[in-house]
Parts: sequence; structure tokens; C-alpha cells
Amino acid sequence: MSLSTVQVASNQAPPQEPAVGGIEGRSPLRLVLARLRTDRVALASVAVIVFVVALAFVAPLIESITGHSATITNVDTGTDANGQPLPPGTGGFILGTDNLGRDILVRIAYGARISLLVGVLATAIATIVGVVVGLFAGYFGGWLDSILARIMDVVLSFPYVLFAIVLVSVFGSSLPLTILVIAFFSFAAIGRIVRGQALSQREKEYVEAAQSLGAGNLRIMFVDILPNLVAPVIVLATLLIPSAIIFEATLSFLGLGVQPPTASWGNMLSDAEGVGFQAWWFYIFPMLFLLATTLAFNLLGDAVRDALDPRTERIFAGRRKKKKPA
Amino acid sequence: MLDVVPTPTSAPAPDVLLRAEEIVKHFPIKEGIFFKHEVGSVKAVDGVTLEVRRGETLGLVGETGCGKSTLARCVMRLFPLTSGRLTFDGADLSTLSRSKMRPYRRGMQMIFQDPYGSLNSRRRVGSIIGDPLAIHHMADGAERKRKVQGLMEVVGLNPEHYNRFPAEFSGGQRQRIGVARALALNPKLIVCDEPVSALDVSIQAQILNLLEDLQSEFGLTYLFIAHNLAVVQHVSDRVAVMYLGKVVEVADVKDLYATPRHPYTNALLSASVVADPDKARSRDRIILSGDVPSPINPPSGCRFHTRCPKAQALCSTEEPKLKSATGDAASHLTACHFPVADGEKLASDKATILQAVEGFLAEAPT
Amino acid sequence: MTLLAVENLTVSFPTSDGVVQANRGLSFSVDAGKTLGVVGESGSGKSVSALTMLGLNPGADITGSALFNGRDLLKMNQHELRAIRGAEIAMIFQDPLSSLHPHFRVGWQISEAIRAHSDVTKGEAMSQAVELLRLVNIPQPEQRVRAYPHEMSGGMRQRVMIAMALALKPKLLIADEPTTALDATVQAQLMELLMQMQREVGMAMIVITHDLGVIASIADEVLVMYAGRVAERADARTLYFTPHHPYTRGLLASVPSATGVTGSRLLPIVGAPPSLINVPSGCGFHPRCPFSMEMCIDEQPGLEAIPVGADHSSACWLPPEMTGIGIAVDTARQRYASTHRGARSQKLPGVVAAAESTAVYA
Repeated sequence: MSLSTVQVASNQAPPQEPAVGGIEGRSPLRLVLARLRTDRVALASVAVIVFVVALAFVAPLIESITGHSATITNVDTGTDANGQPLPPGTGGFILGTDNLGRDILVRIAYGARISLLVGVLATAIATIVGVVVGLFAGYFGGWLDSILARIMDVVLSFPYVLFAIVLVSVFGSSLPLTILVIAFFSFAAIGRIVRGQALSQREKEYVEAAQSLGAGNLRIMFVDILPNLVAPVIVLATLLIPSAIIFEATLSFLGLGVQPPTASWGNMLSDAEGVGFQAWWFYIFPMLFLLATTLAFNLLGDAVRDALDPRTERIFAGRRKKKKPA
Repeated sequence: MLDVVPTPTSAPAPDVLLRAEEIVKHFPIKEGIFFKHEVGSVKAVDGVTLEVRRGETLGLVGETGCGKSTLARCVMRLFPLTSGRLTFDGADLSTLSRSKMRPYRRGMQMIFQDPYGSLNSRRRVGSIIGDPLAIHHMADGAERKRKVQGLMEVVGLNPEHYNRFPAEFSGGQRQRIGVARALALNPKLIVCDEPVSALDVSIQAQILNLLEDLQSEFGLTYLFIAHNLAVVQHVSDRVAVMYLGKVVEVADVKDLYATPRHPYTNALLSASVVADPDKARSRDRIILSGDVPSPINPPSGCRFHTRCPKAQALCSTEEPKLKSATGDAASHLTACHFPVADGEKLASDKATILQAVEGFLAEAPT
Repeated sequence: MTLLAVENLTVSFPTSDGVVQANRGLSFSVDAGKTLGVVGESGSGKSVSALTMLGLNPGADITGSALFNGRDLLKMNQHELRAIRGAEIAMIFQDPLSSLHPHFRVGWQISEAIRAHSDVTKGEAMSQAVELLRLVNIPQPEQRVRAYPHEMSGGMRQRVMIAMALALKPKLLIADEPTTALDATVQAQLMELLMQMQREVGMAMIVITHDLGVIASIADEVLVMYAGRVAERADARTLYFTPHHPYTRGLLASVPSATGVTGSRLLPIVGAPPSLINVPSGCGFHPRCPFSMEMCIDEQPGLEAIPVGADHSSACWLPPEMTGIGIAVDTARQRYASTHRGARSQKLPGVVAAAESTAVYA
């Protein structure tokens, strides 16, 4: 397999400098991370998310340290003389208690568990289903695409609350059912985008090249096309998490999701019904946490989208210039 | 089929690797709101008969819309043929399904025109070159890596760049990656679809030399498609000229460039630019009138008759067959009722352009 | 009569990866009624010079001068430039699909260009547009005038661009890769058209391309660009038959149809065009030049007059008499050494060692 040295020399590709044009070659992932590091909003969002995750993680720890349970009614120490809930800062309850005397802080921490679990898991399921459906629809086209696309359109226009009520009345509410319901109503958003991307990638020359090599359809879809979809899918998934969290909160608020006494930010808000300004800590804290978490994910999703888009180079170049004064 | 009169000297019949007989590929045009029905079709390839002999380079030239790229994809069976017969190394590939075609794909590979689009930018180079080995289960793990790195060396790339992404390579290097990928399965035939058109001049020469070296080293056969006549002349042993879905002339390269018989070939050759100021200026360029007709409605009879300086009544009614003109070698075939004789000069349309210019200037003087 | 005189043009763009020095001291001139061909590969900076002269590079750092009929284009404001663009200097861009507005009909675009510079009614401008389409050989111009750019083939779109450029009979036409995307027969038609227009109207042309064949057909004088500078300048015959700069020689040896390429082996130039951010020191071509010497790494050669041929100058340290194709490297070095006693010993940089084995451009 060796050609004469003379010929090889003249055919030799140009010696590879650090990369084309003397610019250091970086993998796409490193580039994105480098860009994200300069985005202050992204960093703040990550900080918030890390905080909430940590809170969820240490929920049992908080429970044991404070000695307060999230679910057990606690009338003796948790309420005052008149049976009224305690405001924040009194009696060792940092965020106060609810009308059953339970520690709001501990409940928030356990609520974080629920929100994150449902948010992430439902999004994961929706993403996987959406990617598979979108890939098949976009790549194969024809009647398969017509059917799948119509299904996705129907799911997107369905009134999900009514459907959730029906399902709950039939099966009874539970965490797995909640997750599945949310996943079912979310997959179509991802599926539609993936379908569009697959449709356009299918026409690219590298797909033709793969076909000429004898690659089967499945291989082309998952080994060739899928890596090109990772960018938009990551952005969509990141933006899907907050809507899944809100979805769960809504369901729990309506009594269709997580049932009491398990704490969820949603049913904590429904406990706050009719309370008014006296026991403001009933709703302010779950609301703040919901707001902060969803906002953080939304902002992070936007930041990731900007970081992945090569056209936003001007913004990042500007930031880099500010850091190193010319 | 080709009506080749056997030559008196008992030359052995040429060893044909690929034979295409009356290949037709029409792309239907569908319209309709709910149920699409066919309203017409793009007759991209409309009855092409060609053979590619083992070890040779057959050049395929033509302009936009002549169907050469479609023919290349027909040969590679990237889509089903509308009709016709395709034989590769003795096996009939005309109507095979995708799964049945797979083993034959080891024998024929393709190099694409666009060094940026033909490589998946999200995959690493080692994975791209090793793809054929993976698909055909020919090597795994460490052995695959070894083979891939060997291929990278053969095409002039640094094997240490196994894990880089295509974006980190220049256009010429990316084309080398495409060549390495095509070589991975030790094919017999490589279809090169305009492999150097998108590259800078000095890089073009590197890649052409590389292809030439690989051909002699590995005994490859090339079907080389290009629109640059000088490049085709340089690489080919035989050349076929296509126009609007049909082959109009095919000959050994020397014969074609010295005594082109078809008026279109003459026009094409005279129009091609030559990097020699004396030749370029002295040459009397045959300027054709009009544009290439649409392949949806090709002209009747000989498709070139609408632009041909020699067209006569017969040309619009009867389609000429590929045959050897008087005085030509048996291998030189032309599809023309009135092939261009030696020394004959074709009328050029320069006068029309001059008229138009003068008319335009007279109309609105500065 | 000199129509355009460019002196020491330097154009650079600050980017996040460094400063791109697209043009580094470019000087050339164009006479009325003549065609200047600018040859270069990608990354040579050839298109940038034309765009800069017309004021189409607002973010760039520009020094130098470009005198058009005595007025410096680089010092004009947008208002003055707009009066010149189209009417006196017209430009044809490389990619017609992105240069034509996708939302307006072709005829409308041409007639707007006419009306922007002359005082005619809409009807008159439209009929002129029809005549222009007829001029560039577009069939059925009366109907085609109402077509949108995306409804036309690439060749037709390019013809529309040429029609727009010729509409006001400019004094200077700058064509950036005008025929690259076109078929050979269409290319022949259009080049014939441009040359006839030139003969009839006395229009000067600058044709920027990488295609040596186009240059040979159409150019009177040729400028070879490399890494943002002029490598060689000569009249067309001189350049093709007696080139001096090794880059020119290399280009000619890589093209199958060029003079002097005998046998079946092309002789490509090793390596790839340099990045304009990290331009090699001294002479930009030295990493790829088989004739390179230490001097080439240290100092940038200026444009020296070459006694062979007409209007010939070359930016190279090789002796001026050493022109032509087919000179061995050793002979070149010996000759240089004999005329430059006292110069440091000629050592080749390691990178180019590979080229030694195929160093004869024979």
C-alpha cells in the first residue's frame, strides 16, 4: 500500500498546522461551553438551578436537622395558641408553617424534588419519543409522515386539562400517570421540529453518500442525521423542562397530580386558596421558587440557543473584546 | 445495443466492467391538493447506452441539465431505474432491491462534488472513513482504526487527525477524506462526480494526481464526470458527451478532441477556455444560439436540432442513432444525421451578438 | 488613458480571531478600453480590493488611494459613491442568486437601476430593460422581464446581472468571477458579449477570477495576486509564456490546458493558500516555493521590473532574467548565488523539503 516517495511528496496534503488558517480547532462542545462561560445570565441561571437541585437533594437532611416532617400534621408545635399557622422566623420554622403546622421550608424542599423529577423525566420521555417520531416522519415521508404529522397536530391542539381530568377519574392520580400525561402532551413540540430538520437533512449530500455506501435507513437516521439535530433538540428540551414543571404544578393545583399529604409546589399553592394577605408565606414561597426555577431554565435555554448558533458570533466577540482591552 | 463491427485484427473483446443499456430515468412532476397525480416528468436520462471497460477512465461531459449527474446516480443505483438494464461485473443490477444491492456496493463507490456537503460535519473523520467498514461488518475496533489510518496515509492525510471534525480541514483535504472513504472497501469502480470542480486550481492538480496514482496502484476503473473539458481530456481514456439526457458522441480521447463529429461536441470544444492566450484569441468560437431546452419537454427527433447550425428537416423528425461515422474508428460513435466532416467549419452566432450590441447602443446613446 | 490608478491599497478587517489582512499594499492601474485580469485563488484578497474601491466594505481599515478619473474613491462619502456606482463603475458579483433581490421582478430591478441614474419615465426604463435582456440573449425578453430571480436558471440570472451592469454603459466594469457558475457555451456567449461591448463603447474591464483560461481569452494585462499582494504583473502573452514568479509558474503547471504542460503529469504547488490572519513573514509564498531562500523568509520583495516581455514586473528575489517555464531549482540557486556574492547561504526551510523531489517545473 505504499506509493513511491516522490509521488507521495507531491501529493501530500498540506502539513496540518494547528488547523486550517492557523486557528485552533475546537470540538463543537468545547466551543459552546466556552461561549456559555461568558454569558452572565446563563451562569446565574445555572447557579439557581444548582441551588434548587441541591435543595431537593438535601430535603431529607433538612427534615432530620429541623426535626420537622413534610407530611405529618404537626398541630402542637407548628401552630400557635389559636391554631393559626406560624409566620416565618418563629419557633424554629424558617419559612413558617401551613395551616396543619407543617414546616414550609421542608415542604418546599420536597416539592422541589417533585418538580424536578417530573420536569426532567417527563421532558426526557417526551424528547425521546419526539425525536424518534420526528425522525421517522421526516426521513421516510410519504404516508408515514402524513399519519405521524397529523397525530402530532392533533396532540398539540388537544385541551390537555380536560383530558387529564378524564384520565385521573379513570385511573386515579399518581406520580407515574402525571409524568406520562405531561410527556404525552409535550412530545409533539419536539417531534415537529425534528421532523422539519430531518426533512431538510435528508436532501443533503452526506445522506446520499451514506446511501451509496449501502447504509440502511435506520443507520442513516440515527448515526448520520441525529447528530445534526442535537443542537436544536437540546435547546428545545431545556425549554421544555419549565413548561413540564408548570404543567405538573397546574395539575397538582387542580388536585389531578400529586395528592396531599405529599408536598408539591402546585398543591401548596392550592392550599393557599382564600388565605389572603394574612398568611402570605403560604403562597409567596412556592410562587417564588416556581418562578425562579422556570425562569432559570428558560434563560438557560435561550443562552444555549445563542451559544449554539454560529451567527451570534458578533455578540460573543464583543464580550471577548471587553474582557481583553485591546 | 452498440452495433460495433468487429475489427479485422483479432483484438480481444474489451473487458467490460459496467454496461448500461438504454437506461431511462424520469422524475415525475406531481400536482394536486389532496391526491397528487402526475402531470409531466423531467426526462433526466432518456435512453443511454454506455460501457465502462476494466481499468480505464471514461470521461462524461456535458452541461447543466444534460443528465450526467443523474446517470451517475443511476449507475450507483441510488434510486430505481425507470427502465433499462445495468450490468456490473457480470451481475444484473437493474431491478435489485436495496437490501439485495448492498453486497454489490462493495464493488462500486462514489466521490462527490461538494467537499463541504458530502461529509457529515457532526462526525469525526475517522468515523466517516470507517463508515463503509462498519456498514459491511468488515472490521471492528482497533483493526478498523488501523485500516482507516492506513487509508488516510494513502490519500495524503495525517493519520493522527483521526479524531478531528471535517470543519478543521481545508477543501482539498476534505475531498481527500471523501476519496479515502471511497477506497475503504477496495472497490473496482469509482464514480467521480465532478470531484475537483469546487477546489482551487493548485489543489485541483493535487487531487487529480492523487486519483491517477490510486488508479495505477489499485487497478481502479473510473467513471469521471466533469464539465471542464481540459480536465476531462487530461484524465480520460475515452470520453462520452451528453446532451439533454442522451449520449451524442463517444470516442477515444484523442479522437474526440482531434476530430469531433457531433456539432454539439464541436461547439463545446470551441467554447471551452484554454489557458493559452494565442490559442484562446485565434480560435474561432462557435457561439450557439438560444438556451438548453427544458428536459420536461425535450425537442422531437434529435434533441439538439433547435440550436444546431447544421439542422435540417430530417433532424426534427427522426432521432439519430449512435453509430460510427465513415472514416472513423469503430470505437468512435456519433448520434448525428450530418456529422461534421474533417476541415468543416460550423457557422457561429457571433454576428447575432454584434447586431444586438449595435442595436442596443443605437437605441440609447450615452 | 489611465482610468483607474490604485496606489498602495491596504485593507484589513479586525475579527475575533485576529486581524485579517486582505490587501497588503496593492498597486495597479487600468486603461480605458482595456481589460485587466486579476488571477488568484481563494484567500488571495482579489475580491476585497474591488469591493473596497466601491465603498462596499464599511467595517474595514483602509489606507492608500484609488484614483478614478482623478478623484480618490476611498475618500468619497456614500453619497458621491452612489452617483458613481452603476453609472460609471458597474460591478457584477459572483453569486447572482444572492445579488438579485428575491422579491422583485427582474425587469423592475433593471429599470430601477436605470432610473436611479437617468431621467427617464418608468415606461422608457422598462423598454430599455427589455432591450437589455435581448442583448444578453435571454429568449422572449418581453415575458422574461416579469420573472422573479428564483424562476430563472443560474445562467440566466448571471445574464440579468450583466444586463443590469451594462444598462448605463459604464466606463469601467468590474466582474468578480462572472462565469464561474456557468456552462461553457453560455460562458462563451457572455464573454463574446463583454468583449464586443468593450470594442464598441471603449469600456474598461477588470475581470477577477481563478480561471486561467478565462484570463487568457479576455485579458490584455494580468495581475497575479497571492496573500493580499501582487505577485506578478504583465501583459497576457508575457505572463503565460515567460512567467517569472514561482507562484505563476506553479499555477500554470497545475492547469491541464496551459502552455508548456507536457506529458500526463500535473505539477501542483504543495501546500495550501495561507490564512490572511497569519500571513507568512517576508514573501508570503515562501512556505510553498521550491525556489525559496533564506532571504525570502526575512524580507518581503518589492515589485521589480522584469526585462523580458511587456509591462512585466514581479515581486520575487529571483534574478529578473530568470523567466520561463522549465527551470531547475539548482540552476536558479546557482544563478542567484553567482550574482549575489556575500548573501547568506541558501538553506531551504524544512517544510518545503518535500517539494525538492519534484522541484523541476519542466
